[in-house]
Amino acid sequence: MKITINEQVHQVDVPDDMPILWALRDVLGMTGTKFGCGQSLCGACTVMLDGQPIRSCVTPVKQAENKKLTTIEAISEQPAGRAIQAAWLEKNVPQCGYCQSGQIVSATALLNTNPKPSDEDINNAMSGNICRCGTYTRIRDAIKQAANKLEAGHEG
Amino acid sequence: MKDNIVNISRRGFVKGFALSGLVLAVGLPGLSAEEEKPKYGRDAMPNGWVDNPLVFVSIAEDGTVTIVAHRAEMGQGVRTSLPMVVADEMEADWERVKVVQAPGNEQKYGNQNTDGSRSVRHFFMPMRNVGSAARMMLETAAAAMMAVPVSEVKALNHEVIHQPSGRKMGYGELAQAAAQLDVPERSSLQYKSAEDFRYIGKNSSKNIDGQAIATGQAEYGMDVRLDDMVYAVVAHPPAYGDTLKSFDDSEALKVPGVIKTLTLPSSPPPAVFNPLGGVVVVAENTWAAMEGRKKLKIEWNKGPNSDYDSKAFRQTLEQSAKQKGGKVLRQLGDAYKTLENAESTLSAGYYIPHLAQAPMEPPVATAHFQGDACELWASTQNPQASVDTVAKWLELKPEQVTVNVTLLGGGFGRKSKPDYLVEAALTSKAMDGKPVKLVWTREDDIQHAYYHTVSYEHLEAAFDENGKTQAWLHRTVAPSISSTFDASSVHQMPIEIGMGVVNIPYAIPNIQLENPAAKNHTRIGWFRSVSNLPHAFAVQSFIAEMAHQQQRDHKELLLELIGDDRQIDPRTLQDDWNYGQSPEIYPIDTGRLRRVVELVTDKASWGKSLPSGKGQGLAAHYSFVSYVAAVVEVEVSDDGEVSIPQVDIAIDCGPQVNPERIRSQLEGACVMGISFAMLGEISFKDGVAEQDNFDGYQVTRMDGAPGRINVHFVPAKDYNQPLGGVGEPGMPPIAPALCNAIFNATKKRIRNLPIRYQLEA
Repeated sequence: MKITINEQVHQVDVPDDMPILWALRDVLGMTGTKFGCGQSLCGACTVMLDGQPIRSCVTPVKQAENKKLTTIEAISEQPAGRAIQAAWLEKNVPQCGYCQSGQIVSATALLNTNPKPSDEDINNAMSGNICRCGTYTRIRDAIKQAANKLEAGHEG
Repeated sequence: MKDNIVNISRRGFVKGFALSGLVLAVGLPGLSAEEEKPKYGRDAMPNGWVDNPLVFVSIAEDGTVTIVAHRAEMGQGVRTSLPMVVADEMEADWERVKVVQAPGNEQKYGNQNTDGSRSVRHFFMPMRNVGSAARMMLETAAAAMMAVPVSEVKALNHEVIHQPSGRKMGYGELAQAAAQLDVPERSSLQYKSAEDFRYIGKNSSKNIDGQAIATGQAEYGMDVRLDDMVYAVVAHPPAYGDTLKSFDDSEALKVPGVIKTLTLPSSPPPAVFNPLGGVVVVAENTWAAMEGRKKLKIEWNKGPNSDYDSKAFRQTLEQSAKQKGGKVLRQLGDAYKTLENAESTLSAGYYIPHLAQAPMEPPVATAHFQGDACELWASTQNPQASVDTVAKWLELKPEQVTVNVTLLGGGFGRKSKPDYLVEAALTSKAMDGKPVKLVWTREDDIQHAYYHTVSYEHLEAAFDENGKTQAWLHRTVAPSISSTFDASSVHQMPIEIGMGVVNIPYAIPNIQLENPAAKNHTRIGWFRSVSNLPHAFAVQSFIAEMAHQQQRDHKELLLELIGDDRQIDPRTLQDDWNYGQSPEIYPIDTGRLRRVVELVTDKASWGKSLPSGKGQGLAAHYSFVSYVAAVVEVEVSDDGEVSIPQVDIAIDCGPQVNPERIRSQLEGACVMGISFAMLGEISFKDGVAEQDNFDGYQVTRMDGAPGRINVHFVPAKDYNQPLGGVGEPGMPPIAPALCNAIFNATKKRIRNLPIRYQLEA
């Protein structure tokens, strides 16, 4: 089947029910999207499917057929993604960093639909993404900083 | 060796400082008098330390300085902090520094076992030596090339300047010549003065892996890919000590992508670092291996722990803790008699269940067995133990095994045990040398951790008519980590009772500390902060209970117990361990403990008036030779939901080498402390962990994180002051401070963790 990943069309010959995560990681060699739980519980595998954040560890690859996937590797193509990445670096958000691909994709999706999120909006949008190192307070700060920069017309 | 250099040079990369391959002797020079003395700190670690610049630094012709990070990065920032020390001391520009990760080789690099909050504490000075020697060699080379006295040149920001003439040479130009020089004697090294530091103690150097992480380019153990690689998962025995009886793989082999199945031998307890055994499913991709595993039909032989029931075991622990007796750990005066005759007494017990580290990246290793050698790539905290354990299982010599260390997606103690590397190596061997990536799923990780112990702490105190504390009794009962190495072990080791049982520095005239026996029923291992968690939870909760009973302000009573400023030799508290540090250089300093309490209560406006349903809680704890105190503020809703608007945490860890990463470690410790206090529990039924993913084993998410975390530092006098640990000491005060805050908000006392639904009406 054909899937568009980060604006490139890929021919992917895997079983229809293989989760997108494993097609990305093991078949296509795109390892930026992480495996954390396999049950849609931790958010490490978050990617965008037609702009919507999804958990790629439980979403069959068939559901991405003829649709557009965006992964961490191309999140900087989006203004919000660039602003989020810049804020992540400025605030030194990551510790081990393993969950941060998923955090960044979720945060970008949040700013794409809600450019000025409140603390509660951030908590609601980001609580599907676990960070075991505990970077949550910096993630909150970084999302707000990215939102402010985007509003002011800077992209980070 | 020579060919190797030629090859490297051909790629335009002169491995300037790697030419000689000289390795300095480990530890202190071999004076016989020195050998008689007990060794402490970095000198006492297996394979000690190395400070040879030729081992740690190389410089390319374009001036790129490559610094070796020999400790594992798992979020604590060590790949930034230690290379940053080298860069600063050698006057390298951080923007032109690359960091490469050392494989497991302690003979070459010194101790690499990244645990115990030791990396910066042990390697700050060796890394300064590396940087200083490198700078002096560059200056010597520059002076020779410019034909000027070395006293007239000075290294500054990636150049050596001839001061009278202003002539400059870049590090890239100097590398070749500098590498030919002898490494200066350690006694001749000149160090930068602290006011000239550009990175040490500053927040000026960005996390070396930040950009790669933010763009998804960082390579973790999970991300290793080799040509022709296959993927594997293991069906492990359900209970600790169970073994494989038989299995039917006919359905598993029908799953598209499954290549074959094979078995791993089971090792009887004690677990040590041995694999658990079971059935391996090898496939063309991870998902196929996981799907294949679901289709296995396996029968297991039940082992000695197949009836482990953690609910029943809790009763056993509690009974032991409430009975007089057990191994006496420390005795001062007569606590029993004082308790019997006291004006008033208080008694309470505290329980913490098993916990799983659950790093976001589950254990994973990739192995390539090549007959007389095996190369592995893995996220491991302990690469040398990985080399040794894999070598043993493959019947190879350690020098035939290479363990490349990737970034770790969290560790928290789990990845200091290399059982999963052995599984990968044995599987690659069984696959005739095909490279194998062996992945633990989250279910494997949570069901087969080396768990944090389970504990019951019983405390009693006696007061005189003025409310002064006259006696203290603490009975601590918990299976010991030592049981993972010796199945007969039932008492806590010195390192466990030295985590907040014997070494509490409180000024109380009668003290009785006891440790009744407890058997283990699962693999017990290190979890961030280790036994400090239950001990500090009990002791710091109990002191708050004492204050309440005696109608005293908690802070005031805590400071009274800490008492006058004094430096206590930990050996006088029956603590011969003291986190491996010298009792002379690292006495327990009650003044430092007092100061963190005063600092944090001041910053958090301790005692401020709060509306009903809100409360502040305090706790302080000495661990990993650092002093930490925390004030947690909570709000508890009418239906018992806890939110945490603010945490203040203060640390005295001596000099702060990388303050920004110290802050991040303490922020993380607050969240992880809240996480296990609010939600963390692994329970066992029929020998099997009842939780297997983040639905059952819950951890704190964004919506449960504090609104703000304020980190406060006690400034150090200078960089000669001994360094304390950072990665772990932030955690122990959090759970008691949280529960003390909940009490102040609700008058409900939490003595059993996790808190979870206990506050619901």
